Amino acid sequence: MQIPAELRYTKTHEWAKVAPSEVIVGITAHAQEELRDVVYVELPPAGKILKQGEPAAVVESVKAAFDIYAPMSGTVVRANTELSKSPQLVNADCYGAGWFFALTPSQPSEAEALLAADAYTKLITAAAH
Amino acid sequence: MDYVPNTEQQLTEMLQAIGAQSFEELLSTIPAEARSRGLDVPSGLSELEVLALCESLAAGNRSVRELASFAGFGAYQHFIPTAVDAIASRGEWLTPYTPYQAEASQGTLQMMYEFQTMVSELLQMDVANASLYDGASGFAEAGVLALRLGGRTRLLVSETVHPHYREVLATYLSGFSCTVQTIPQTNGVTDLEALAAAAKDDVAAVMMQQPNVFGCLEPMEQAGELAHRIGALFVANVYPVSLGLLQPPGAYGADIAVAEGRCLGSPLTAGGPGLGLFATSQELLRRMPGRLTGCTVDHAGQRAFTLTLQTREQHIRREKATSNVCTNAGWLCLRATVFLSLLGPAGLRRMAELSLQKAHELQRRMLDEGFEPAFDQPFFNEWTMRWPRTARDGRLLRKLERAGIVSGVAMAPWYPMLDREAVWCATELTTREQMDRLCEAVHTHG
Amino acid sequence: MDELIFEQSVPGRCGVAFPPCDAPERPLEQLVPSAALRQQPPRLPEVAEFDVIRHYTRLSQRNFAVDTHFYPLGSCTMKYNPKLNDRIAAWSRFAWLHPSQPASQTQGLLQMLYELEQLLCGITGMAAFTLQPAAGAQGELTGLKIIRAYHRAKRQSRPVILIPDSAHGTNPASAALSGFRVVELASGPDGLIDLGELKRHLSNEVAALMLTNPNTLGLFERNISAITHLCHEYGALVYLDGANMNALLGIVKPAEMGVDLLQLNLHKTFSTPHGGGGPGAGPVGVIAALADFLPVPRVRKVGARFRWDARGRRSIGRVHAFYGNVGVLLRAYVYIRTLGREGLERTSRAAIINANYLKAKFSRLVPIPFGDHCLHEFVASLKPLKASGVTAWDVAKRLLDYGYYAPTVYFPLVVEEAVMVEPTETESKSTLDAFVEAMARIVEEAREHPEWLKLAPQRLPTHRVDEVKAAREPNLRWQPDAKSPAFHDAPSLRA
Repeated sequence: MQIPAELRYTKTHEWAKVAPSEVIVGITAHAQEELRDVVYVELPPAGKILKQGEPAAVVESVKAAFDIYAPMSGTVVRANTELSKSPQLVNADCYGAGWFFALTPSQPSEAEALLAADAYTKLITAAAH
Repeated sequence: MDYVPNTEQQLTEMLQAIGAQSFEELLSTIPAEARSRGLDVPSGLSELEVLALCESLAAGNRSVRELASFAGFGAYQHFIPTAVDAIASRGEWLTPYTPYQAEASQGTLQMMYEFQTMVSELLQMDVANASLYDGASGFAEAGVLALRLGGRTRLLVSETVHPHYREVLATYLSGFSCTVQTIPQTNGVTDLEALAAAAKDDVAAVMMQQPNVFGCLEPMEQAGELAHRIGALFVANVYPVSLGLLQPPGAYGADIAVAEGRCLGSPLTAGGPGLGLFATSQELLRRMPGRLTGCTVDHAGQRAFTLTLQTREQHIRREKATSNVCTNAGWLCLRATVFLSLLGPAGLRRMAELSLQKAHELQRRMLDEGFEPAFDQPFFNEWTMRWPRTARDGRLLRKLERAGIVSGVAMAPWYPMLDREAVWCATELTTREQMDRLCEAVHTHG
Repeated sequence: MDELIFEQSVPGRCGVAFPPCDAPERPLEQLVPSAALRQQPPRLPEVAEFDVIRHYTRLSQRNFAVDTHFYPLGSCTMKYNPKLNDRIAAWSRFAWLHPSQPASQTQGLLQMLYELEQLLCGITGMAAFTLQPAAGAQGELTGLKIIRAYHRAKRQSRPVILIPDSAHGTNPASAALSGFRVVELASGPDGLIDLGELKRHLSNEVAALMLTNPNTLGLFERNISAITHLCHEYGALVYLDGANMNALLGIVKPAEMGVDLLQLNLHKTFSTPHGGGGPGAGPVGVIAALADFLPVPRVRKVGARFRWDARGRRSIGRVHAFYGNVGVLLRAYVYIRTLGREGLERTSRAAIINANYLKAKFSRLVPIPFGDHCLHEFVASLKPLKASGVTAWDVAKRLLDYGYYAPTVYFPLVVEEAVMVEPTETESKSTLDAFVEAMARIVEEAREHPEWLKLAPQRLPTHRVDEVKAAREPNLRWQPDAKSPAFHDAPSLRA
C-alpha cells in the first residue's frame, strides 16, 4: 500500500502535505480502500477557520459516512471542487487528484505532532492484526 | 381467533427440534420478577363477531358522504376514481416494507420515482422525496432543516399558517435553541410590513401557507423576495389540488415546499394517515429528510431503481442524520401516483376549477343569506365568513347539525378576535342540492 | 424493464371525467388575480384508465411482499396483515369522517380510540396512551419531548440520553432532534447492557435511558430490574423502544419491569400493513406520573359519551395535525379484538418458537454469536463466508433468487456480517424448513461457486442494481426527452 514518505499522517487516516504557507489535506490509501466506492465528498468553504482535530469534511460511500478531521489548525483557502463532479478521484488517486482541501496553518508547530510515514505504516499494520 | 398456522402438535415438535423441554425453557432469560400474569384484554372474537362489533361502532358515526359537509381546514374531501382503490388494495402494494432489497422491490421503487417526479412537477421544485408522515410533520421538518443549516436561529412563521401545523412545529422545536416569531395577519393575509420589520439576518426561514388558513391568497412572491433579501429560506405550505390552477411554489421562489397530499386519492379518515409532500431546491438535496429513490442501471445495463443518498438517514448517520424519520407514507404515495396518472394535467385542472367555481357560488349565496365576509381577499375554495346576526345564540348551529350539515370550522379557538367567524369550503363534490340545503336552513332561521 | 408512466403519455388522453358544473361558471380572472394563476401546467402523464391499471398491476408484480413471499426482515415484524382489518378501515363511516366534525357525529370513532388506548394499557401495563404519533420514530420523538418536559417541570436540566450501541438508528436520531446529547453505551460481551458501563455513565445529567427489550439481537435484558432501578436512583427515566413487542405479549408487561414510557409500532406487532414504507402508527404509553405531559387533544369518556379534550397545561403539545393515523389505529383495534387475550399470548409464543426453531437450524450452518435461546428474532454472522469472498449482502441477494425476501443485513452493528432474521408467528413450519434448506444450499454455493452469489440475483427480471452509480449521479426524477412529443408546447394556463 502506498504511503508516501514526504507526507504527514493522522491516526484518523488523513494525510497532510505540509509547507510553511499552505497545508494540503486528503485521505490515505488505507482509508479509501476501507470506504470502497466513494460517492460523495462534502468540503469546507474557503474562509472557514478550523481547529486541529475538528471535523472539516465528510466522505461517503453508499452505506457509510465518515468525518474528515483537520490535521492542523488554519483557514481553508481552497477546496478540490473536482470531487463534487468526480468523487471517484478519491479512489483513483487519493494522494494526487483526490486531495480534499488546502489551508493556511495558524499554528505551524502542530505539524510536529503528526505521524511520519513509518509511524503511520506501523499504525495500520498493527490495526490489521 | 389468531393467525398462527402451526398447530399445537407442530409447535411441540418444533420445541423438540430446538431441544427445549417446554416453551418456558425458551423464556429462561426472563427473570421471574419481570414475568407478567397475563394481558388485561378481553377474549378474542370470530370474524363474524368483529364485523358486528365494528358495525355497531360505525353506527355511532356519520360520514361526510351522507352529510353536506363544508368543512376544510386542512382536510379536503375530493373525488377518488375507482381505479385508485382497485390498485391500492393489491397485497403486492399493501404488504411489502421499505424497498431495501432493490431487485425484489422494483415495483415500489419505480412507483416512488414516478411519485417524486409528479410531486416535483406539481410543486415545480427541483427534487421531491418519497414522502413524510403528513403535511404537519413536513412543515416541522422544513423548520428543522432551515435551523440545521447553521448560523441562524429565528423562524418567522405567519399567523395565517394552519394553527395545528404551527403547534406541531413548536413541539418539534422544543429542544432547539431558537425563536419562532409569529408574523401577524392583516385583512386575512400576512402583514408584509410586519414581516419586513422582523426580517433580520438571524432569520433561518420565512414560513407561509398558500392558500392560507382563512382561504385567502397570500402575496407569496413578495414574501419570498423578502426572505431571500436577508438570506433566509422561503418555505411554502400548499394545497396540492389548488396547484391545478394556482402558481406552484417553484414559481415564487420557494426553497422548500411542503404539502398535505391526502387529498390526492386518499380518504379523509378523520385526518390520518396523511401524505407529507416535501420538495426542495437542488442546493438543499443533501439536507433533505426522508427516503429518496434514484434511477440507475443493473449489472445487465437495464434501467433499474434503488433507494439512494441513504447516508442522510438515521439507519446510517444515527444522531447526525438529517431527520429521525424511517417509516413514511408509501401506500398513500401509491394512491397519489395512481390518482395523478388518472387525472393528468387536464383532470387536475378541472378538479381545481370545479372547486373554485362552486366555492365562489356558495360564497355569493351565503352573502345573500346574511353572512358577512371576514376579509376582502381573493380565495381558492375556502373562505372566511362571519355568521349572520341571527346565529348568535348557537341555535342555528344546532339546527344545521340536525339538518345533516357540517358547517364551516370556527376560528375562535385559535383566533380569539375572530369569535364569530368560520372557514367554509367547497370542492368538486359539493352539489347545488347541498348549497340549497344550507341556504334554506339559514334562510328559514328566525 | 417497464416503461415509466410518463413514457406512455399521449397528449389528450385522460383517465377521469367530471360531471358538468352545477353552478354558474365565471371567468377565472374575475375570481383570482391573474398573477396568482399557474402559467405552465404540471407535466403529469396523460393516460387512459386502462393504461394506469395495467401499468400499476404489472409494477406490483415486481415486488416481493408478505402476501407473496416469506419476508424475514429482522426488526420489522413482517407478519400476515389480516384482510378483515382493511375491509373495516375502508367503510365509509370510518374512511370518510372529517376531523372537524362534531363529536356527536363521531361517537363510534371516539369510542374505538378510547378503547384502543385501554387495550394498549392492558397489554403493556402503562397508565395512559396517546395515539397521535404517526410512526415509531415519531413516537420516540414524542417520548423524548415528554422526558424533557418532565425534568423541566422538576426544574432540572438533564441534557444526556443514554443509548446502547445495539439500538435502532432512529433512537439517537430522535434524541438529537429533541435537543439531547447522545451517549452510547457499549454492549457487554453477552450482547446485553453492561451494568458497569451503565453505572459509569449515569449521573444527574442523564434524562433517560433508551432501551430496546428484547434488544436488536433478540435477547432479553436479563438485568432489566437492576437497570431500571439504577436509572431511577439517579432520577433518570427509562424509555422502552417497543418495536420488539411481538416477543412480549402476555409474557412481560413493560410497566412491571420499571419502564416509564414506551412507543409501540402498530405496523409491526399489531399487524397493520407496511404499505411499501408506511403509513404506520407509534402510540406512546406512559406511567401515571407522566400522563399530564401527553400530547393534546385527548379522548375522554364522560358518562356514556366520548369527547375531545384540548386542555393540558403541562402537555408537550401536538405532534399530529389531528388525532393520529386513524386508519392504522382502527386496523390495530380490529386485530387486537380479533385475537383477544388468548390469541395475543399464542402469537408471542408461536413467534418465539418459530425464531428459535430457525435459529437451531441456522446454527448448524453459520455462527450465531450471542445467546442460547432468543426471543422473536436472532442475529447470525456470515463472517466465515468472507474466506471465499462472499458477504452478507451477496447472501441476501442470492436468497432473492430462491424466492425469499432477505433478512435485515449489517444490523445491529455489534455483529460482523450480521444477518437478522425474524420469521414471525404467521409462517408455518414447512415455510421455515424450506427457507433453511435454501440457506443451506447458499452456504454451500458460497464455498463451491462464490461467483453465483456475487452475480445474484440472476432469476429476477432486474439483476444486481448499481447503487454506486445511483449515489454518484443522483437521478431522482424523470425529465422529458427534448424529442418527446408528449410534453411539447403545453398550452399556457393563463387565459
